[in-house]
Amino acid sequence: MMLIPCPWCGPRDETEFVYGEAALERPADPHALSDQEWTDYLYFRDNPKGEHTERWFHRAGCHHWFTVERNTVTHVISAAYPPGKAEKS
Amino acid sequence: MSRQVWRTEAGGHGIDRKQPVSFSFNQFRLEGYAGDTVASALLANGVRLVGRSFKYHRPRGILGIGSEEPNAILHIGEGARREPNTRATVQELYQDLVASSQNHWPSLKFDLGAAVGLAGALFPAGFYYKTFITSPKRWLWYEKHIRRMAGLGEPPTEADPDHYEHRNAHCDLLIAGGGPTGLAAALAAGAAGAKVILVEENPALGGQMLLAPQQVDGMSGQDWAEQARAQLDAMPNVQVLTRTSVAGVYEHDLFTLVERLGDHLAEPEAHQPRQRFWRVRASDAIFATGAIERPIAFANNDRPGVMLLSAVRGYLERYGILAGKTAVLFANNDSVYAAARELAAAGMRVEAIVDSRPFVSEAAALAKADKLHVLTGHGVTAARGMREVHGADVAPIDANGRLKGVTKTLPCDLIAVSGGWNPAVHLHAQSRGRMAFRDDLAAFVPDTDGAAYTSAGAVTGAYDLAECLQQGFAAGNAAAKALGLDSTAPTLPTATGDTVGEAPVLWAVQAPKGARCFVDFQNDVTTKDVGLAHRENYVSVEHLKRYTTLGMGTDQGKTSNVAGLAMMAAKRGQPIPAVGTTTFRPPYTPFTFNAMVGGHTGEIGNSVRRTAAHDWHAANGGVFTDAAGWARPMYYETEGLTPQQRIDEEVLAVRKSVGVVDVSTLGKLDIQGPDAAEFLDRVYTNRFSTLKVGRGRYGVMLREDGRVYDDGVTMRLADDHFHMTTTTNHSGSMFQHLEYLLQVVWPDLRVFVTPVTEQWFTAAISGPNARALLADLAPAVDVSNEALPMMGMAEGLVAGIPARIFRLSFSGEIAYEINVDADYGLALWNGILSAGAAHDLKVYGTEAMGTLRIEKGHFTHAEADGRITPDDLGLGGMVTKGKDCIGKRSLSLPDLVAPGRKQLVGFIAAEGERIPVGAQIAALDDLDAVQEALGHTTSQAYSATLGRHIALGLMKDGRNMHGRKLYALSPVLGERAAVEVVSPHFYDPEGGRQRG
Amino acid sequence: MSQRYSIWALARNALTHHESWQKAWRSPEPKPAYDALIIGGGGHGLATAYYLAKLHGMRNIAVLERGWIGGGNTGRNTTIVRSNYLLDENAHFYEHSLKLWEGLSEDLNYNVMFSQRKVINTCHTLGEREATVRRYNSMRLRGIDAEFLTREDLARLEPAMNLSMDVRYPIVCAVSQPRGGSARHDAVAWGYARGADSLGVDIIQNCEVTGIDRDPVSGAVTGVQTSRGAIKSDKVGIAVAGHSSQVAAMADIRLPIETHLLQAFVSEPVKPFLNTVVSTGAAHFYISQTDKGEVLLGGELDGYNSYSQRGTLPSVEHVIANATEMFPNIGRLRFMRQWAGVMDMSMDGSPIIGKLPVDGLYMSGGWCYGGFKATPGSGWCLAWTMAKDEPHALNAGHTLERFRTSYMIDEKGAGPYPKAH
Repeated sequence: MMLIPCPWCGPRDETEFVYGEAALERPADPHALSDQEWTDYLYFRDNPKGEHTERWFHRAGCHHWFTVERNTVTHVISAAYPPGKAEKS
Repeated sequence: MSRQVWRTEAGGHGIDRKQPVSFSFNQFRLEGYAGDTVASALLANGVRLVGRSFKYHRPRGILGIGSEEPNAILHIGEGARREPNTRATVQELYQDLVASSQNHWPSLKFDLGAAVGLAGALFPAGFYYKTFITSPKRWLWYEKHIRRMAGLGEPPTEADPDHYEHRNAHCDLLIAGGGPTGLAAALAAGAAGAKVILVEENPALGGQMLLAPQQVDGMSGQDWAEQARAQLDAMPNVQVLTRTSVAGVYEHDLFTLVERLGDHLAEPEAHQPRQRFWRVRASDAIFATGAIERPIAFANNDRPGVMLLSAVRGYLERYGILAGKTAVLFANNDSVYAAARELAAAGMRVEAIVDSRPFVSEAAALAKADKLHVLTGHGVTAARGMREVHGADVAPIDANGRLKGVTKTLPCDLIAVSGGWNPAVHLHAQSRGRMAFRDDLAAFVPDTDGAAYTSAGAVTGAYDLAECLQQGFAAGNAAAKALGLDSTAPTLPTATGDTVGEAPVLWAVQAPKGARCFVDFQNDVTTKDVGLAHRENYVSVEHLKRYTTLGMGTDQGKTSNVAGLAMMAAKRGQPIPAVGTTTFRPPYTPFTFNAMVGGHTGEIGNSVRRTAAHDWHAANGGVFTDAAGWARPMYYETEGLTPQQRIDEEVLAVRKSVGVVDVSTLGKLDIQGPDAAEFLDRVYTNRFSTLKVGRGRYGVMLREDGRVYDDGVTMRLADDHFHMTTTTNHSGSMFQHLEYLLQVVWPDLRVFVTPVTEQWFTAAISGPNARALLADLAPAVDVSNEALPMMGMAEGLVAGIPARIFRLSFSGEIAYEINVDADYGLALWNGILSAGAAHDLKVYGTEAMGTLRIEKGHFTHAEADGRITPDDLGLGGMVTKGKDCIGKRSLSLPDLVAPGRKQLVGFIAAEGERIPVGAQIAALDDLDAVQEALGHTTSQAYSATLGRHIALGLMKDGRNMHGRKLYALSPVLGERAAVEVVSPHFYDPEGGRQRG
Repeated sequence: MSQRYSIWALARNALTHHESWQKAWRSPEPKPAYDALIIGGGGHGLATAYYLAKLHGMRNIAVLERGWIGGGNTGRNTTIVRSNYLLDENAHFYEHSLKLWEGLSEDLNYNVMFSQRKVINTCHTLGEREATVRRYNSMRLRGIDAEFLTREDLARLEPAMNLSMDVRYPIVCAVSQPRGGSARHDAVAWGYARGADSLGVDIIQNCEVTGIDRDPVSGAVTGVQTSRGAIKSDKVGIAVAGHSSQVAAMADIRLPIETHLLQAFVSEPVKPFLNTVVSTGAAHFYISQTDKGEVLLGGELDGYNSYSQRGTLPSVEHVIANATEMFPNIGRLRFMRQWAGVMDMSMDGSPIIGKLPVDGLYMSGGWCYGGFKATPGSGWCLAWTMAKDEPHALNAGHTLERFRTSYMIDEKGAGPYPKAH
């Protein structure tokens, strides 16, 4: 069971959270995209074996979404920060 | 008691001779002492044959003295508490304990299953892959018999009467193992002030110090351990858990422990859990898990009476038992000499010390000088005897165990074996630590490089007591320092214990062809099986394990894995580390499932949500179903009516007078902020910014892939304030979805969303009399069609309770949803019922509600099944042009506009026919035909309103199929109906009734 | 096959103390070039090689395995075999696979212990009954076996099952596929390996593919780089589910796949008391008893991207808590071993079997939980596709391109959220 450092609440058990998905940026104007580009966003993923930037929701806590940098092999979490913050400081 | 024939006159510091304890084994009444394990008590009574092996049903005795035991596994307990596969070497004796042996028929002594063993030549490793190659039907028959032969103990047949609990804890330092190393580490770290949890699987602390005479600081190892325990108990920052195992090491410093609180009792004390499952987050950990002695393989080395040398010593030291009268001791190290002296001093005849080493060690020379019968450069080649050992064949051997001289037979009833030790690296391995191979020990030890935690003591290959203590202190100090604590190391005690000396590895002694030398006792894996695996190219460690089942038993290969690996390495001509090591997975030793459950089953594990009127529903015949975790009444049982008759009455009441239904489970979200309207425009396919205050609108939402996600009515309470309703299923995920959009995608929008499902109780009244009923309930509210039209709202007192009244309809009749503070829900409900008597009010449940909505052609998630677009549902017009929303981009992807998509239709059954549940729609009226499904039903009901069975469903190109006569088939239920494809709007398609 | 397996062969070999058995497969050095290469020595890759050799006459092929054959998801799953699917593409594919299973032991001359002990799905609400019965009816219209089970049927089939209505998830009824069941997972890999080897296929273990070589002009595949040197071939099949994204990335291809963890665990072995394979959607678990007597349990995904093959706790606790409600007698059995598999979770929950947008490159992946039962069918279809450079009708729908048109084969209707499938 992972210990996830919520930027608002501090480290909490994984069971308090819901995983979202990879930290994708939603295209600002989907209609400006070709089908290829839109389906790239909709369906295709890097799925890295290693460092992964992703979003979690603190469902049984503060109800915040936040960004987590986590290694998909070791599960070591190197950073967690509010959405919109570009990178770990 | 005189019957304890193998008990010595005195000694055995683990037992209390003043407290005899009576127990039974295979219905024989026996006696032991308080402090005994079942194994020691059986040995005390001279019982050796305790079980039958997994595959060959060979007679088996006790091999070891702890959790490594592969053979002595028994049924313990009676009735619902009878537990299979319990290690006799771990199970503590209690008064009237009932034990019985496993895996034999008709009896332990005479087991017909042993025929497999006699024909064993036919059944080498993996024989089942090579035979019974036949059709699945015949294999099923063979398999039935094979299954009966396998399986060890009998499964429990009843629910477990005991209870269990979970405990979560945090500590600075978790120490696994309460032997000398763990004690020393705990003393050091504890003295420095670290918050320590020390875990020991046995009832007493001390580890190996309890199993052989040792001296620490001038006192016996046992006394020193007791002194250490007293010191630790005096430290408020140290918690000592005995009878507790560290079961698993998980990511992010999580450890699971299993504490056995009641296993040493006939039943747990009242209000005490039987076992406690701990989840401990520890900043650091020390693995002081010791080492497990390993056997040396020789012919028939599984006979009862062949034991591990350390176990034989331990039974004497701790339990005052001589495990035989005449012993042959066989070892590759010096521990055998101390053992010989102890056993001889206690009265055992040591027939010979067979020392496999080709040289005479100092200890060997001293023993020779003392006239002990020492045979160096010799090995035991075979055990003699069937159900127990009668002798040992001994011969000169070379360093690889090959015979190089004449075999002679020595009479004995005990062969005690020591082939060195395997460090118990399991927890280190579980923590993803790497292994290093020590050639001098022929063993894997934890590789310190990259290790997450510290290993100390025998697990690192330090088999010397003084070194263990020293490593323990050092590890405890280092852990305290790392925590920033001021560590003043206690003085290192002086210690004298065994010396092991040089221990050149010997895995097996050459055996004659046809003889069986066991590597894995429990699973009957022999040295020849390892050879066969090699011959057939199952040479990777994992293939070896899986092909032969080596190490896959309940002992998880604690005494066998490394030996098997070494034998394979030898066959491959490669060093052991090049061949690899097997994976160690949790748990360290098997533990009861229910400990992990910890009572979190039923409603405690999966909570049930109940509305404010739940108790009324339950008291009035409500028959409940689970809907997204809510308990919802499907209908109300009524005497003299079948469920369908009752549902019909409920439906007709709504159509003819008025009905009330509890719809509190619908998701409700309070949405506020200057950009709330803009936000709703972006999430719904249709527009909400144009909605007038005080009015509501039905909306549909899409997933990003264009499929329908959810629908519901949202009311505008103020310019910047909306009340959104969602389906019961999506109330949780909707909140998460909206928060994602607000926090991540459009953080610039000034909107707050608050989930308020539980805060409101909602009752819907619907039917021609609904307005009159509401007028009675809310005299101060103008409920006229002008003041409160369809999709309008009002606020005021209803049944004297402040309420929001939304006029909207799921049933197609005039209907109102009355929302009040959930605390007043039951009061509202009762108020509606009292006022309703004058209006022919009837309470209805989800079944009638479903029928009413099917008659109206409203969809639910049965129709919008996650594959369906708005257009498929006939709602293409609800996707407003001129604005974007979530999922809209996908609606133009090729497959979403392709011809031939499934579309929503209605089906009406021929007179008197009944549309089966879950039907497929096809052209041939034949339940057995293979034919194309043209569509399927999604929801079906008997419509009392129409007097027909009707259904909603999805059909390829459905909107062009109206009028087609087809068949609704349910082959699995053996039911069918002739149906006609019609519009999904069966009842009042123009909607005049709900607006009236 | 040079040395046939049978009871007589066992008896003959018993006389020579089993010292005359041949290798089940050879371990040759890789040749510099092959007509076709399969990356991945799991069940799928070995089956592909077997069918390429047996049905399509291609003998000069090699299977490249990073570790030991059968060591990925083939060796770490819950061994359930069934074909109870709703959607056309899946139903036909999995039924074909099930038919191959039915002849597999005899075809391979290796007992894969395919045991048609029934796969039962319990239903806990009327809504679930409706959806499940609909799916099973669709199977019957396709000629696939399916049956409805009453509570009385369940009491007879699984006496240990708790049929009380006074539990959290009371059982309303169930459905079953009688031809469904389980098989011995390792044997499938070994049987295919032995079969392929005897047809001349080189099975090369400890050979990690580190790159895919392509023609600089045409872009077509020309071979692979491996830890044991470069190997040439203009047909390369990828069958590495769990790691499909990594290998496809070597040819600059992104996939609609995320990798997730699935936990499984067993109890200590006991005498048989569970007769079938039982699964429940409402309570999220499946349970069966192995021939050794272990109770084998699995549940849902851990729910986040992961390649860690490490056992975790939350889903295991959830599974066992729910399972002890349905089978109260297992509560006192002991938890013996747990493990995790890394799943290729595709965006619609269905596999991708076919050509990739690089000439000469093919894949079978995105198996989600369904990979084990698909083993024969996947190998059969991938072999066909590689041999003919076009898909068979059975896998024509399972293309990568479907994600460009949004032609989703979405059994659960869960949408493009891999963790939800």
